[in-house]
Parts: sequence; C-alpha cells; structure tokens
Amino acid sequence: MIHVIAFYLFAFVTLASAVLVIMARNPVHSVLWLILAFFNAAGLMVLLGAEFIAMLLVIVYVGAVAVLFLFVVMMLDIDFAELRAGFVRNAPLGLLIAVILAIELFVGVVANSAGKASLGTADGSGASPAGASNIEAIGALLYSRYLFLFEAAGIILLVAMIGAIVLTHRQRSGVRPQNIADQIARRPGEATINTRPDVGQGVQL
Amino acid sequence: MIGIEHYLVVSSVLFVLGVLGIFLNRKNVIVILMAIELILLAVNINLVAFSAFLGDLTGQIFAMFVLTVAAGEAAIGLAILVIYFRGRGTIAVDDVNRMKG
Repeated sequence: MIHVIAFYLFAFVTLASAVLVIMARNPVHSVLWLILAFFNAAGLMVLLGAEFIAMLLVIVYVGAVAVLFLFVVMMLDIDFAELRAGFVRNAPLGLLIAVILAIELFVGVVANSAGKASLGTADGSGASPAGASNIEAIGALLYSRYLFLFEAAGIILLVAMIGAIVLTHRQRSGVRPQNIADQIARRPGEATINTRPDVGQGVQL
Repeated sequence: MIGIEHYLVVSSVLFVLGVLGIFLNRKNVIVILMAIELILLAVNINLVAFSAFLGDLTGQIFAMFVLTVAAGEAAIGLAILVIYFRGRGTIAVDDVNRMKG
C-alpha cells in the first residue's frame, strides 16, 4: 500500500514539476522546478530498486547539471520577456505534435500490456548475483562486461570538459596578468646592482 | 499493484512534456536545454523500469551512460550559449543564421 502511495506521489510531483519547467515565466524558476523533478524521479528509481542510479541522479543532475544551469541563467543578463514573445504563437503546433507523440506512445504501452509485444526474456547474464546489493551488482557488471564502454564514457566526459574550457576561455586585453615563468627565470644578477655613489651624488638608476 | 505499465506511462508523459517544451520555448535556448534534460530523464526512467522488471542490470548501466552523455551535452551546450551571448548580447536562437566566429 505504501508502495502505491509513494509511486503516485513521486509520479505526480515529477510530472507537475515538468509542466512547470516548460511553462514557468522565469528561467530561474524553471531550473528550480527541474531540480524538484529530478528529486522525484530519483524517488521513482528507489521504488524500482535502483538505488545507485537514484543517487547518481541526485548527485550528477541536481548537484552538477542543474547548478550549472542556474549559474548560466543568473550569469547572462537576458530580457526573458522578449524571449517569450512567440509562446502563444508556437503553442498550437507544439500541442499538435505533442498529442500525436503521446498517442503513439500510448498505443505502444497498450500494445505491450495487451501482450502483443513480447518483452523478451533476460538471458541471465545481467542478473544481479544472489545476495548482492544493487551497487555491488552494478559494479561487478560495469567493471567486467562493460569495462570498455565505461572507459569510453570517461573519455566523453574528458572531451566535454576540455571542450567547455576551450570554448569559454578568452584572452582579455588590457589586463596585466602575472607571468610566472618570467618571475621564476629572473636571476639576482639582473635584478640588483651594487653602486657606491659619492657623497651628495645620489644613485643613478 | 504497480506494474511496468505505470512507469512507462510516467516516462512517456515526461517525454512528451519535454518535446512540448522545445516547441513552446523556441526562442529560449536555456529552456530548450532543460526540456532535453527532461527527455533524457524520461529515457532513464524507461531503461531503469525495464531493467527492474526484467531482472537484468544492463538497463541500469545504460541509464548511467545516458546520464554521462546528458552531463556532457549540458556542459557543451551551456558553453556554446555563453560564447553566443558574448558575441551577440542575446540568446534568441530564432534567427541563428550566422556562425562566423
């Protein structure tokens, strides 16, 4: 019973906050609703027994992606009212396409529940070992059968990181940054001079 | 009892909401990127639901890879957005027909 209540709670809040993400007038509110949607989707994953993916959703999506969105929304100085100008004009086409897509998807779901589409059967190679927790089972599978895919995912993240840095890095003109190489290469001989001026003469620099 | 169909309905509604978001906010790239995140979240729910109900962990591992791609896509997309804003002073993508530098 508590399982059913929790499912409907998480599902309803996820979908309601998804609606608010796309309808909110202010993109900052959109990001905050997106965070709520991610949290509740993580709740759905916990109900499914996928604790690791749920924690990953909270850490990666909420902790990194949503905060990145928030940062960019607040950094850019944008007139959001102007950007919403086409909202009503675009609505009919968008709704039409969304309804067509929804009907197609529901036909698929209904066909599945009517037994017309076979789900297939797992061959057991991806089954979680008896007694292992979710994260142990994922680790055992990820570091053996999907090792190369896992490393490829790491390379994708590396490329994304380097790409983001290269894209946003810029050389500002008119600033005088510290040149560390020059400072280190400096020797005492070129930095100081010994002079012995005559009395009353002063130092010639 | 909650079956796989319930999760599939949730994820398909979430997917449709993401597609609708792209159409409704055609000028605002930030919200378009958020709608794409919603679509990827729907895909993840789908993968995890099938993984749980079939007793096969492969779906959860692929959900992880989808998560990786979503994170990379958000980082690169927002970086492009920032340099676009720096060059034009706006993020209206309705009339992006020039990509010179």
